[in-house]
Order: sequence, then C-alpha cells, then structure tokens
Amino acid sequence: MAKNHVTTTINGQQVEYLCDATQTLLSVLRDELGMTGSKEGCGTGDCGACSVMCDGELICSCLMLGAEATGRNIETIEGVASSDGLHPLQQKFLEHAALQCGICTPGIIIAAKALLARNPDPTEEETRYWLAGNLCRCTGYDKIIRAVLAAAAQMRGETDLGEAAA
Amino acid sequence: MNNPKADIPSYQYVGTRSIRPDGVDKVTGRAQFGADFSLPNMVHGQVLRSPIAHGRIRSIDTSKALGVKGVLAVITAADLPDIERRMIPLGEQQADIRDAADNVIARDKVLYHGQPVAAVAATTLAAAQQALELIEVDYETLPPVMDLDAALADNATLLNDQQITMTMAGPVENPVPTNVAFYMPLAKGDLAAGFAAADLVVESTFETATVHQGYIEPHACLADAQTGGPTRVWTTTQGPFLFRTLIAGVLDMSVSELQVIPSEIGGGFGGKLSIYLEPLAVVLSRKCSRPVKMVMSREEVLRASGPASASRIWVKIGAKRDGTLTAIQAKIEMEAGAFKGSPVVPAVMTMFASYKMDSLLLEGYDVVVNKPKATAYRAPGAPQAAFAGEALLDELALKLNMDPVDLRLKNAVDEGDRAVYGPAFKAIGLKQALEVVKNHSWYGEPLGPNQGRGMAVGFWFNVGMQSSASVRINEDGAVTVVTGSVDVGGSRASMALFAAEELGVPPERIQALVGNTETIGYCDTTGGSRTTFATGMAVVEAARKAVAELRKRAAMTWEVPLEQVSWEQGQAIDLTGEHEPLPLAKITAGAGRSGGPIGGDAQINAEDAGPGFGVQLCDVEVDPETGYTKILRYLAVQDVGKAIHPSYVEGQMQGGSVQGIGMALNEEYVYDDKGVMQNAGFLDYRIPVASDVPMIETHMVEVPHPSHPYGVRGVGETPIVPPLGAITNAISHAIGKRVTQVPISPPRLLALIDSDR
Repeated sequence: MAKNHVTTTINGQQVEYLCDATQTLLSVLRDELGMTGSKEGCGTGDCGACSVMCDGELICSCLMLGAEATGRNIETIEGVASSDGLHPLQQKFLEHAALQCGICTPGIIIAAKALLARNPDPTEEETRYWLAGNLCRCTGYDKIIRAVLAAAAQMRGETDLGEAAA
Repeated sequence: MNNPKADIPSYQYVGTRSIRPDGVDKVTGRAQFGADFSLPNMVHGQVLRSPIAHGRIRSIDTSKALGVKGVLAVITAADLPDIERRMIPLGEQQADIRDAADNVIARDKVLYHGQPVAAVAATTLAAAQQALELIEVDYETLPPVMDLDAALADNATLLNDQQITMTMAGPVENPVPTNVAFYMPLAKGDLAAGFAAADLVVESTFETATVHQGYIEPHACLADAQTGGPTRVWTTTQGPFLFRTLIAGVLDMSVSELQVIPSEIGGGFGGKLSIYLEPLAVVLSRKCSRPVKMVMSREEVLRASGPASASRIWVKIGAKRDGTLTAIQAKIEMEAGAFKGSPVVPAVMTMFASYKMDSLLLEGYDVVVNKPKATAYRAPGAPQAAFAGEALLDELALKLNMDPVDLRLKNAVDEGDRAVYGPAFKAIGLKQALEVVKNHSWYGEPLGPNQGRGMAVGFWFNVGMQSSASVRINEDGAVTVVTGSVDVGGSRASMALFAAEELGVPPERIQALVGNTETIGYCDTTGGSRTTFATGMAVVEAARKAVAELRKRAAMTWEVPLEQVSWEQGQAIDLTGEHEPLPLAKITAGAGRSGGPIGGDAQINAEDAGPGFGVQLCDVEVDPETGYTKILRYLAVQDVGKAIHPSYVEGQMQGGSVQGIGMALNEEYVYDDKGVMQNAGFLDYRIPVASDVPMIETHMVEVPHPSHPYGVRGVGETPIVPPLGAITNAISHAIGKRVTQVPISPPRLLALIDSDR
C-alpha cells in the first residue's frame, strides 16, 4: 500500500512525512517524527494524554489520521517552551507539584493552554470541566487545578496567591 | 541508624517545597516513558490472547502466520523453558515463578479471557496484527468460574486440579483439590467470652468489585537479545531488580545475564510489579536477532493486567455501651483471579489494626476465578477490609448513639499498644489524626437535604527492605545522587532534599537519578511505601560517608586532627576557630591533590518501617432521582511521620483519596456470562475525572518515626484505605440505609434507596 506524502506545520516549522493511510497523527508524531512528548494512554480519545492543537482547536491526536494533517497547523508539547524559558503553565506545574508520574502532564498542559487562550480567567469549576477529558490517576487533580489557576493569574499579570513554592 | 536530628523541629532544606530534579523533563515532554524508547533495526511484537475465559489448549498452528510478509518470528509457550514450580522471594512477599510464567503465556490451559497464547514479531505493527489473525488455536472450552459463589460451590469447576488449600504452616488437613488456594486465620483471646461481654453485637456482609489500578501509561518494553550480545530490557516497572529476577526466573537465566533499564514510569500503584510482555519480547528478539518493542493497548491493559481483587467480607463486632470493643469476627473471601495470590494476608492483618482488641478471629480465603491474575494495588487488600470494618463501626456508632470519631478514639491504638497482628507500636499519630477531624471547621456544620457526612480510618504497615544509593560530589561542588528506586511520584525530590540537608548544599545543586540493574546496587521495588523511608535512609548514609570524607580532606588541608573539624551548612569548620571555614567547592576542586574523587555509597536493609494511619472525612449529596453521588468536600488527615517534601506527601494523600473515590462510586469490571469483560476501555471503566471531585483538603500530622534518621514513615498507600468507608458511611447517612456494596454506582444506589431494607 502506497504511503501518503504529507506536508504540514508542526510547532511553527514546515514538516514533511510519509504515513500509512491508517496511521494516526499520534503515531506519526511518535513513530515517524520521534516526538514522543505526546503519549498514548488509551488510543480511543478517552484519556487526553495525546492532546495537541490543530488549527487552534484542542484535539486527541489518536483520533486524527496523519494524512489529515496536510496543510494544518499542529502544536505539540515540544513547542510549548521556548528558548526564552518555560511557559507559565509549565513553571506553575513545577512549583505546585502538579505532577507525580508525569505521563498525563504533556496532554494536560496542552489542554490547559487551550483553555487559557479562550478564557484567561477561568473559575475552578470551568477549569475542572475543561480538563475533564484529561485523565490523571496520581494527583486527584487538586494541585493541577491550582497550578492552572495560578498560571492564569500570572498570565493576567496578577500575583500568584496559590501555594507557591517555598 | 537513629539520629538526634529526628528531634530537631526544623531543617534547612528537608520540609521545603523544592522543584523536583526531573520536573523540566516532565513538563516539556522530554521524559522517556516505557513506549518512548527505540533502537536501530527495531521490530514490533504483538500478543495473541485467549478468546475464552477457561479452556484447554489442544493445539496451536502458527504456520500461516509465519508466511505473512514482514513476520520474523512466532512463539508459543513451547519456545519458553518449561520451568519447575517454585516460590521465589519477591519484595514484600513470594511469587510462584511457574504461575508467573503461565501468566506470561499459557502452556496447557487458558484461565482468563485475554491470557497470552502466542506472540509475533514483525517489521511493522500491521504485519504483526495480520499474523495474529492467522494463528490457529484449537481450544476445549470449559465452564468459566466468574465469582466466589461459583468457585466455592460444592461441585465447582476447578481451575487447577492440582491445587490444594495451603496455610502459613503448610497444607490444610486432608487436602482435596479446590479453588481455595490459601487460608489465613488470625485468632486472639476468647472470642465467645468477648461476644458474651458485649452489650450490643452488630454484623453484616460487604462486597467490593474487581477494579484496576488505572495507571495512564500502558505496559511497554523493548528487548534486545541479539546473538552474541547481552540481554537488555528497557521497560516501565516499579522495580528493575524485581523484573530482572522475574524475567530471569521465567526464562531460566542467571540474573547477571540480564540488564533491566527502567524508563520513567507512567503510574503503577502496584500494577507494575508484575511482568507481562518482557519475557515474550526477549524470546522474540532472540529468535529474529532484532530488538523487539512491545506495547499494550488500553484494552489489553484492562483485560490482562492488574486488577485488584473483588471481595466478600462478613464481619461481626461486639461492644460495650460506652463503645469499648469486646470481640470481632470476620470472614474475608478474595478473588485471586486465575492464579493464587489475592492479598488476604494483609487484608486480615490490617482490617482492625487501628484498634485495641483482645478477642478476635479473622479468617481470610484466597479463591481462584477465571479473571486476570490479581496484582498489588496500593495497600493491597486493605481498602476492601477497611470498607467492611469501618462501615460496621459506623453502624455500631449509630446504634450506640455515639459520635463516630469518639468511637474510634475510645478504641484507637497508641504508642506501646500491640497491633492485632503482634508487634507493639512505637510513636504513632492515630489519635492526633482523629482529633484533627473532630476539631475540623466543618465537622459539626449542619447538612442540607439528601446530604450525609462520613468518616473512616485506614491503616497500612509500610515496609523497609533493601536499598542502595550513591552520592557523588562533582568538581564544582554540585552533587549527583543515584538510587535504584524508580520515581513514580516525585521521590527524586525527596532524595535530593536528604542529600541537601546532610551536605549543606541547596537542592537545586543536586541531581537525583534512577540507575539500572548494572549502574547501581540492588534496590527493592518502589512499593510498600518504602522509597522515601528506605532508599532515603540509604541516601542519608551515603551522604554521611561523603561528609566524613570531606571533613577528612579539610583536616588534611589544615593539618589538624579529624575531631577538630565539623561539617555545617556546606563547609568544613575548624572547631578551634583557627582556620577560615572551607567551603565544599574548594575541597572538591582540590580533590585530585588530596586523595581523589569524593563521594559515598550505601547498601542497606532498612528494618522497622513505621506504620501509617489515615483518617478521612467527607460530605456527599445524593440525587434520589438519578442515584448520582456528588462529593461536596473531602478532608484527608494522615500521620506522615516527617514530610520530607510536603507537596508530594499531600499529593499522595490527594491521589489516594481520589482513587478511593473511584473505587467507592464508579469503578468495576463488568463481565458477561462467558467471562468476557464488557467495559475494557476508559470510557466505560470510568476513573474519576477533574469535574467529578472537589479540592482534597489535606492535614499532615507529623509524629516522627523513631527508626528513621529524619522520622520518615511511608505515606503512599495509607490514603487509599479510608475512602470506601468514609464515602459509603456518608451516603448511608444521607439515605438512611447502610451501603454494603461498592461501587455504589447510580443504578445500585437507586436500587438500595428503593429496597425494603
């Protein structure tokens, strides 16, 4: 079976790859491009560990085909930090100990970034419902929610009133 | 290794909320988990799994599969050594290596739907999957034994006709083939006299479902066993040394022929203490002389790994009118799954460990059924047992018209009391934790309609065991700490803090790493809530050796006796004041001229781990129309010994509580009448999501454990023990009927509300 030749944009860079017709975007990222930051927890769109942005929309990359990415703008966890440093969400996740094992963390940071892009001042409840598609089995979500709210406050230019690191 | 430091209330670094050394890797996606490793020339392995829950394998024909383009190897149990049945020491317990082998790949019988029967290696996943479909297996189907009633019936179908009931002291009298693999009694005092002395006796039977640990990262490994080279296995595991033992046991190798390299681990909770794919990947790699990568799907994870035992527990409690417990009797039956080994022993031992009790009989039964082999799940056996015990104590408090916290305080163990299972407790904080709940701001607040409040206590032993650590001081004065303990929840941060405190070096100057089976000494698993306690103790000891060496170098430099040099805040101090303090970086910069590199190593067997006690409180609101239970607020209190890194201790308390919420309200394996799981995915096996739960308030009670240099006691497992009791007690109060079965999912709760009970 002939492979598909795809040209797309990933984290601002034009990328070309070959993929099978049945291959998911997640598999392309991980297996063809070596970008293993996006994780497969379920393969059925239920856990959110593979979350990426596609043309500004939050998606599960396990539910999109690699061939469908032609001409799209894909953003992954690998593009969240810049040479200037960590994104405020990444920094707040560290300060608030919002990860234990860390397998869900890339997906949750992508999802939280999408939330803050559309709602810079979410309530706790809005944050909980927005992140309901991202499973975390370690933390009980408490510190994740606090980290997201703290990052939102910082991005709005407010002082972090959360339980900041000592 | 006692040390007066345990009495000092404050430290410079220990107890601070430092940034974890591996943090940046994990928030940027750089950290490498089990499925993230690749090697040049690597191929893909896939497993053919049994389509039936119980049967005999008559024959397997792999010839057509071998003809698929890209297929390099097909294996069955015949390609693995037919090893003898023997027990091998395995961390906290023992493992039957033959059962482990049969669970990796079935030889004669299949004992659960999803058990491996063959495996394929191919150049592409698609080719491997195509080959699986062409393997022909002829089964003789046997009736599936899917629950305790079926397994314990007089004429029950037997999973293993060689199996007799064992006890700690050997086989039972007049053994006959049975599905009961193990019987564990714990008896103390005069039971009849204890019940005769009671003013009130309550009893009930409780049931819990089969549940999964639910780690988000599926099992994954990469094996390289090419001709002439060493055998290397990269895998996601809670114990690289344990896996080395198990893989070597199943493949009849010497452990030294095998290197196990742990990846970052995406959650374990006990579920990554068992091997599944690794021996298959090694044998496939040998056969095709290529590295072989194998990754489970979520469906495979649910069908064939984990789970935790379903249970049925009958319990009877006698008490005086003032709440003093006089006698306890219980019968705990647990499903082991396809092979013996449900956690009946810890269930029996932990069930009433929080209470003073002179007359009791607790009996545990380990029962095999045609489900996946039960594996450890965070405080194995304790949540099920505590559910029954704490629910019945709640009923007792109601009947005595007594505050449930007061009932526990009346009977709670304290320093010097003997646990029901034997030893006397050293300093513990159960009573303090109960007082925190009793005095908590919302404990006495009024509740609205359909709301209820519940509390429960939980106990876990915690363990010590073997650990190794290496502390190396670099030329620039920065420090590298290596241990063999996989970091599943931030333990590197604690290891760095121990070294920081001992050396007087800020934690951000300390790198904490996890070694593999060839780069660090033996370490038992990341399990039993032992890592911060035992491996932490090894780090402290290794750091102290490094400090001794640093003092020696300073003494040499100053040409003074060693006793004249102390080590404070990262520098050598001349106690006479004659010399200016000598900072660490100056000593290490000159190490090449004063005796060579500076560091310390420690290999220890940590004994006398401090037990953990947790008390949890929650408010719920029940919707009588839908049966939905909302957790309104939740408080977790725990005696944590000394919190080395408070954020990660709180995280354990919060995470354990929420896993318990899932077990109490939603999670269960659903089977059809053929023994096929009907909900093998995260959509239908529903673990809690962010919108299901409130913030989890935590309160750490710090009663230092006297047998650890910093007072550490394990914290990871205890918090999953109280939730079933706390939540079901709250629901019972909200609806006025006793919840006796979990998960108390909406349909089950509606049925209970509508029942005549």
